[in-house]
Amino acid sequence: MSEEFEPRIIAFCCQYCAYSAADMAGSMRLQYPCNVEIVLIPCTGRFDVILALKAFESGADGVYVAGCLEGNCHFLDGNIRAKKRVAYLRKELESIGVEPDRLAMYNLSASQGPRFAEIVKEFSDIVTGLGPSPMRKKLAA
Amino acid sequence: MIIAERKPVDEIKGFIEGKKKVLVVGCRGCVTVCNAGGTKEVGILASLLRLDAQKDGRDLTVDEHTLERQCDPEYIDELVELVEKKYDAILSMACSVGPQFLARRYPKEKIYPSLNTCFIGGALAHGIWAEHCQACGNCIIHNFGGMCPISRCSKSLLNGPCGGSAGGVCEISKEVECIWHLIATKVMEENRLDEFAPIQPIKDWSSSRDGGPRKIVREELVK
Ligand code: SF4
Ligand code: SF4
Repeated sequence: MSEEFEPRIIAFCCQYCAYSAADMAGSMRLQYPCNVEIVLIPCTGRFDVILALKAFESGADGVYVAGCLEGNCHFLDGNIRAKKRVAYLRKELESIGVEPDRLAMYNLSASQGPRFAEIVKEFSDIVTGLGPSPMRKKLAA
Repeated sequence: MIIAERKPVDEIKGFIEGKKKVLVVGCRGCVTVCNAGGTKEVGILASLLRLDAQKDGRDLTVDEHTLERQCDPEYIDELVELVEKKYDAILSMACSVGPQFLARRYPKEKIYPSLNTCFIGGALAHGIWAEHCQACGNCIIHNFGGMCPISRCSKSLLNGPCGGSAGGVCEISKEVECIWHLIATKVMEENRLDEFAPIQPIKDWSSSRDGGPRKIVREELVK
């Protein structure tokens, strides 16, 4: 089953870093799994736990937040706040029996197109390993 | 304000076990400000409960609604139409006054407290709250440099620190500041130590909880 399983991943990407890195990965014609849907956010400080929860409710298998390198946030500490929110929600997911690794935080700079492609692959592999989201399986059934 | 904290999801899951239709009710008062039971926290709890049910393949509807306040009957009345939709459980996310007001107004409903009401306090910084008052009913903080030794001293001492005060820290924990250290430091800095000489008489606790449940009636306001 897991051979056929293609995870649905939602990535909340900051416009200054991760989103630009995604753009660069595109213009560099880098290959990465196509099952990631990118949501542009002005800064990862805009990331709210409810956004990830809604993504899971709608059937996402994994969600990640990608922002600037620590210390390089355009709005100073948006990425640090996002990191704390991600950590908080991972605990909440665990408390309802959902694998916390379905949610992650990544940091990269705008010039790291290749790293962007790598992250997509890395996270996609983790989620593929976890299998379909237990929430989604039941939705489809 | 009243500082509260959400109960662990597990405990709340226990409240709604076997139930199919649940209403989560938030409050725009204190618990919104202390990020425990406002619209946002209602959304998070409702979503977690839905995900938990989805995961187990259980059929569960979770509706969300936030009232202006849950400690005033006129706002509790606003829930009439929703309550008519017949929920198996109503989870109140107000301080514990809210679920009591809901239970009195809607006696047939199963109402559950989703928050633990912790203390009367204030925000030291965003995300950090500390106790500052114990509602003793007869405020005397002016005698203590504007600090409340009743709620902020672990032993509610009124005549100076105990022998456990060390380096500004209370003997009960390194995390707890000794309020008597702060009071004494402030008074000494202001050269007002002599004002401190008189012994505080034994406090009359009858205005506090020791006098039984309290009530205030303001005749000029009562209709
Ligand atoms: S003296 Fe009493 S009313 Fe004043 S802050 Fe302390 S507990 Fe509250
Ligand atoms: S160490 Fe200070 S705060 Fe703690 S009980 Fe003694 S006087 Fe009160």
